[in-house]
Amino acid sequence: MKKIVLALAGTVSVVVLLFGYDTSTSGPMATTSQSSVISGGTGSSGTGPSGTGSSDSGSSDSGSSGTGSSTSTVTGDVAQTRWGPVQVELTLDGDTITNVSVVQYPNGNGKDQEINTYALPILVQETIDAQSSDIDMVSGATVTSVGYQQSLQSAIDQA
Amino acid sequence: MTGPVWRAVEQVMGLPISVALRGRHAATAEGTAAWERVVADLRRVDRDFSSYRADSWVSRHNAGEDLPPAAGVDEVLALAEQACLESGGAFDVRRGNALDLDGVVKGWAVERAARRLRELDGTDFCLSGGGDLTCWTADPDGSPWQIGIEHPLDPARLIARVPVARGAVATSGTAHRGAHIVDPRSGRVPNAAASVTVVGPDLTWADIDATAAFAQGAGAVSWLRSRPGRNGLVVWADGRVETWAGPPPDRSTAPDDADPRRWVSPSRSSWPGRRP
Repeated sequence: MKKIVLALAGTVSVVVLLFGYDTSTSGPMATTSQSSVISGGTGSSGTGPSGTGSSDSGSSDSGSSGTGSSTSTVTGDVAQTRWGPVQVELTLDGDTITNVSVVQYPNGNGKDQEINTYALPILVQETIDAQSSDIDMVSGATVTSVGYQQSLQSAIDQA
Repeated sequence: MTGPVWRAVEQVMGLPISVALRGRHAATAEGTAAWERVVADLRRVDRDFSSYRADSWVSRHNAGEDLPPAAGVDEVLALAEQACLESGGAFDVRRGNALDLDGVVKGWAVERAARRLRELDGTDFCLSGGGDLTCWTADPDGSPWQIGIEHPLDPARLIARVPVARGAVATSGTAHRGAHIVDPRSGRVPNAAASVTVVGPDLTWADIDATAAFAQGAGAVSWLRSRPGRNGLVVWADGRVETWAGPPPDRSTAPDDADPRRWVSPSRSSWPGRRP
């Protein structure tokens, strides 16, 4: 991956071109490119970028991460392309992008689709009120019977 | 499939087992009977595998009794051996002469008990054992279950959400139970990660992988990226979040009918036995 160096001042926009990410044997992705735009605010204050993804074909939740002072990662939105969902992740060292990886990619045939059906977790920012949200179950570090009483899952079970 | 969700909770194996059903048998006698079979299956596993019961097979084995293996022991040990090999020793059920099978049994038992719910036609389910869960939709392209992932540093909040139709989500961390995972290679309690979440085809391996990755501390994500057909996220102790995805599933080992639950076919059935 070509290293992209950015001098960041204020808000940055990064355009990542995905050149024929070859998923399995052959597919339409092999001859086409798609772009996904990730824009993130930067910090002069030393906090890492809080990414807000956007894409050319629409998506909803934003991805973000990272409050470290040196290395951080930003995960873009899942972009729905005509070949399937695409999502990229940037690794930043300070203001420099050190890696771009595709964390979710489309598949060229039905069998791949069937097997590889797992969407990547989408980071959420807001505090979720379990009883009013549409969350069905909560995954967390092992909840014992005692700890369960205070857990989000307990709230959902009683909703 | 959407519609009203029927829920129930039972305490088994010291854990809250939560179920959600929707669809044809969401609130029928058949649905309730299937749930009762799930609970009975899990109680049976608890009787054999609980390290908290002096009379369990595991406790008696660890006390030195010479016993024929209980039902499922061979399968659990084969899984444990495979997990140990694939994690470079980060996952190990042997504690000297004793066996500590808790790291394998929970996910395996819940995934296995879930077959009772898959017998309900036209019905979707989500079955959770203390925060590790397996999902099913009768229609593979049906409306997925929405799974929240707890924030390990603030368990009253969610840090992420993931839609799952057929698949499993397991999270390992220290939020509720404190430090209970040790890296067997160093004997240290790993502290680099606050939690590791794995999304994959079956709970048996999602749970094993989450535990094995957590034990690897700072090496968690690089190992997880080698695990085919799975993805997830790691929350580091300093609050940074990393999402990751493994390579596509290795289709050379997948059967033609592509039921991901059949990928796990431990071929080695060995017996760690007792060391001299």
